[in-house]
Amino acid sequence: MVILMMTEFTPFSALLGGALLGLSSLLFLLLNGRIAGISSIVSGSFKSLSSSPQWRWSFLLGLVLSPLVLTLFDYQTSSSIDITWSMIIVGGFLVGFGSYLGSGCTSGHGICGIGRLSPRSIVSTCLFMVVAIIVVFISKHLL
Amino acid sequence: MKLIVSLLCGLLFGIGLTVSQMVNPQKVINFLDITGNWDPSLMFVMGGGLLVFALGFFFVINKRIAKKQKPVFAEQFFIPKRKLIDKNLLVGAVFFGAGWGLTGICPGPAMANVLSFEPKIFAFIGMMLMGMFVARATLKVSDAKTSVVDNDSLSSVMTATDSK
Repeated sequence: MVILMMTEFTPFSALLGGALLGLSSLLFLLLNGRIAGISSIVSGSFKSLSSSPQWRWSFLLGLVLSPLVLTLFDYQTSSSIDITWSMIIVGGFLVGFGSYLGSGCTSGHGICGIGRLSPRSIVSTCLFMVVAIIVVFISKHLL
Repeated sequence: MKLIVSLLCGLLFGIGLTVSQMVNPQKVINFLDITGNWDPSLMFVMGGGLLVFALGFFFVINKRIAKKQKPVFAEQFFIPKRKLIDKNLLVGAVFFGAGWGLTGICPGPAMANVLSFEPKIFAFIGMMLMGMFVARATLKVSDAKTSVVDNDSLSSVMTATDSK
């Protein structure tokens, strides 16, 4: 199976969007004292998994509603999902299982963790990047 | 006030994900596809995010912690304190990377994509939650087996007072 879909190299919007991610994480830590790690916020939003779910729900609500804000400014977004159902089912489980076991994902380890030079986060991010690159190589070029 | 800050930070985070196109799985997969149609954009996303967060962390937050000041609206900084690179961290990263590579979706973009009402996004989130619960159950079983008090996880948060 070879799906070759080009996406344009967009350094400026990437840099701007990245800076907004960094700013959000920074403000969240400065104001509320919390790390903006999405996997932990998701798992912690269940009462059985954490003691204070309210602020987590609030953060997730903002995250879910964010595309509406951009629509107000006429910002067009497009994302098509061309991933097969089996990949979604297996991948979704692995993302949840791995981020819980490894205490974080692209946001918590990748930005907040590396940003404060945490050795655990640096190791985790390098490892999951390499594994993801290998998996993409296998699924796009070998299968 | 804390809840309003949470809501606004969530909004800002989602806007960042959308502007940077992290919400587009194809964009993520093309970033990971270094031998194919490589799209290096996400390197800039990470660069921009790290630049802003790291500068703010070392010039604002670390100074605040050093002066034993609290966050603006909260009682303490919840910053992971763990240093040990253990098996769970490594195994977790391998599983997470495999799932991320298969789908091009990680937890943030999954949530920011909910309003697209794409069935695959809901399936992804459902499976992600299931994975989290299974991981927690697995950790509980292994904790019970060793039955040793895990000092490492007990001290996983530090307060403003015991940081330095």
